[in-house]
Amino acid sequence: MKPVLLKGGRVVDPSQNHDAVADLLMVDGKVEALKKRLSAPDGAEIVDCKGKVVAPGLVDIHVHLREPGREDAETVASGARAAAAGGFTSVCAMPNTDPVTDNQAAIGFIVKQGADAGAARVYPIGATTLGQKGEQLSEFGEMVHAGAVAVSDDGHPVVSTQLMRSALEYARSFGIPVAEHCEDPYLFKHGVMHEGTVSARMGLKGIPSACEEIMVARNLLLAELTGGHIHLCHMSSRESVALIRRAKDRNVNVTAEGAPHHFALTHEATEGYDTNAKMNPPLREEADVEAVRDGLKDGTLDVIATDHAPHHYESKEREFDDAPFGIIGLETALGMGLTQLVGKGYLTLPELINRMSTEPARIFHLPAGTLRRGVAADVMVFDPEVRWVVDPAAFLSKSRNTPFGGWELAGKVERTLVGGVTVFTG
Amino acid sequence: MTVPTLGKDLLGLEPLTKEQIQLILDTAEPFKEVSERTIKKVPALRGKTIVNLFFEPSTRTRISFEFAEKRLSADTVNVAAAGSAVEKGENLVDTARNLEAMRIDMVVMRHPSSGAAKFLAERIRSNVINGGDGTHEHPTQALLDMLTIRDKFGKLDGLKVCICGDITHSRVARSNIWGLRKLGAEVAVCGPQSLMPGGIEGLGVTVFRRIEEAIEWADVLNILRLQLERMKAGYIPSLREYYRVFGVTLERLEKAPRDLLILHPGPMNRGVEIDSRVADGPHSVILEQVTNGVAVRMAVLYLLAGGRPELAEAAKGSGREGEE
Repeated sequence: MKPVLLKGGRVVDPSQNHDAVADLLMVDGKVEALKKRLSAPDGAEIVDCKGKVVAPGLVDIHVHLREPGREDAETVASGARAAAAGGFTSVCAMPNTDPVTDNQAAIGFIVKQGADAGAARVYPIGATTLGQKGEQLSEFGEMVHAGAVAVSDDGHPVVSTQLMRSALEYARSFGIPVAEHCEDPYLFKHGVMHEGTVSARMGLKGIPSACEEIMVARNLLLAELTGGHIHLCHMSSRESVALIRRAKDRNVNVTAEGAPHHFALTHEATEGYDTNAKMNPPLREEADVEAVRDGLKDGTLDVIATDHAPHHYESKEREFDDAPFGIIGLETALGMGLTQLVGKGYLTLPELINRMSTEPARIFHLPAGTLRRGVAADVMVFDPEVRWVVDPAAFLSKSRNTPFGGWELAGKVERTLVGGVTVFTG
Repeated sequence: MTVPTLGKDLLGLEPLTKEQIQLILDTAEPFKEVSERTIKKVPALRGKTIVNLFFEPSTRTRISFEFAEKRLSADTVNVAAAGSAVEKGENLVDTARNLEAMRIDMVVMRHPSSGAAKFLAERIRSNVINGGDGTHEHPTQALLDMLTIRDKFGKLDGLKVCICGDITHSRVARSNIWGLRKLGAEVAVCGPQSLMPGGIEGLGVTVFRRIEEAIEWADVLNILRLQLERMKAGYIPSLREYYRVFGVTLERLEKAPRDLLILHPGPMNRGVEIDSRVADGPHSVILEQVTNGVAVRMAVLYLLAGGRPELAEAAKGSGREGEE
C-alpha cells in the first residue's frame, strides 16, 4: 500500500480543534502525521490539496441500503459507493430489510457485503424487536458480537412502552444506543404529509407534529427512567427539539438527528403532489425548519443524518397516497449542509464537519470522525468553492428519488479515502 | 377583450381564475335548454371519444357525465375499476397510456387518491376532467352548485354560503370554497371540529362550531353527506347525536332571520345531516342541482374540446356537420 500525502489543504478536524492549512500523511492505511509541512516518504502518492478542505470522512448513522429485499432500489455495494461519492467513509444501515436484519447471521451478511463493496465502511444496525414487529426483543448481544453498532425498529416505533423500557435497559449491557423512530401510530393513521394549511388545501391526510412529539416525550422519560441511551432519529418538529433541549438540561442520556430535508424544505415542497417530497416524518413548517437548524447549531441535535431511503422509479411514479415515504440523501448531504447551514450562517465549516463526522462517530462509538495519529485513514477532500447542480441521473445510488434535482449546491467532493485507499475521485 | 380559455384540463377550481369559472357558468346557460328538448342531442362533440374512468363507485356523477357526453354526440366508454386491468395490478399510468393508444380525446376520471387527476393529466395528451380525486377537488360538482345558487340569487358576489358537515373528507367542500370565494361569495364551514381538517382557516373561510350560528349567518347552506363509516372510525359518537346537534332541521331553520337556500350534493342521509322536511321543502334546490349538473358538464366538455363560448348557442342549435 502506497503512502499518501495530502499537501497544503485546509485541514479541518473537529476532534482535535484543528483548522489550518497543513499536510496530512497516511501510511499503511493509518494516519501517520498531521503537520504544517511534511515531506513525502519514498513512493508516496502526493495529492495537491491547495484551496481544498481536508477532513475526516463523513459518517452517516442513518441510511437504508435495501439489501436484502429490494436490490432493485439499492444494494449494500451501490449504497457504499454512493456514500463515498458524497464524502462519507462510514454509514450505518438500518435493519428494515426483507427479511428484517434481526439476528447475528443477518448482521454478518451486511458486514460481509460491506467489506466486499470496497467503498465506504458499512456498519449494520440490528432490529430492536424480532421482525420489527414490536413483540419480542431481538438478540442484541449476538448481533453486537457480529458487528451491529445499535438497534432500531426504524420505519416503525416500538409501540409498547414496556418493551421500549426493556430495550433501553437491556442495551446498556452492550453499550449501544436504541435508535427510535418517534411516531404515535394511532395519531399517524394513514397520514401522508404534515397536517397544516397545505394538507388542508391538497386534501391529503395530515400527520400532526404531535404524532412525533408524543413519542419523543415518552422516549425521553423512558431514557430518564432507565439510564439507557436513546437516540432519536430524524427530528422534524420544533416542539421535539424543545423537548430534547429540556431533557439534555436534566442530563438525560439522549442524542438526536436532523436530516438535510428537514433543515431545507417545508411542506410547501409537497405542492403539486411531488412524491419526492413525501417522507416520514414529513416536511413541516418554516418554524420547524428553523428549529432544526437552531438545534444543530446549539447541539440539541447532535448529528446530521440523511435517512437515505432509496425507492425504485416506478414506486414513486404513482398517486401520492400510494407512493412510499423517503428520499435519498448521501450524494447531496454535504452540499446541503454547506449551502443551507454554513452558507446561511447557522454553522461554521468546522461545526458542520463536527455534526457530520466527529459527533456521529462518537455517539455510535465508531472508530471514525478524527484524523488523530494511528486511526484508520478515512478522509475526504472537497473543494468548497465549486458550485454544482444536482443531477440525479449522475448519482451512484441506484435510485433517483430526490427533491433536490436542479438545486445549485456548494462544495464538491473530490476524493474519498477509506483506510488510506482512494475509493472515490470526483 | 380576450376571451379566457380553460387550457387542456379541468383539475380543480383552485387553479382557475374568476373569468374562467364565469366562462364555464355562462357557457352552461345555453346548454340547459338542450335537456328540455324532445330530442336531447346536439352535434357539438360528434366524433370525439371520451372515456369515463371510474376507480370509485359513483352513480350520479358518472351518469351525469355520460348524459352530458351523449347529448353532445360524443362516443363514450365507461371503465370501472372492478373487473378491469386495474384490478389485475396495472398502474394508473399504464391504464391511461393504453387508453390513449386507442386514440381517445378526453378522460373523465374519478379516483380515491388526492392528486390523481393532475398525475394523469401530466402524463397523457388527452384532456383530463377531474370527476373527483380523493378528498381534494370535485370541480364540476362545485360548478353545478354555483350555477344553482346563481340561478336563484342572480349573482354570487356578496352571498354568504356555509358548507356543513364532514369537511375533512370532502372534495366538494374544497372545490366550493375555491370557486365561491373567487366569485366574491363569503364562505363558512360548519361541523364538529373532529371533521374539520387542521389548517382549514388557511383557505380563507369562517369556521362555525354550532349549526345554529351558521344558520343565523348564511344565505345558503350546502349540506354534505355524512358517511356512516365516520362513526366507526371514531370521528363522531353516533349518527343519532349528529342529527340532534348538527342536523339541519326545520325547527332550526325557522329561527333564521331569512329564508335559506338549501343545497345537498347527494346522496342524502335523511335524518342524519338533513331533515326530510327541509330536503323536500320549498327552499330546497337539490333536484335543480342534478339538472344543472348535466348542463355544467356539457359546458366543460364543450370548452375543453376547443369549443368557442360565443358559439355555444349556435353549436347546440345547428344540426349541421361539425360545430366550427
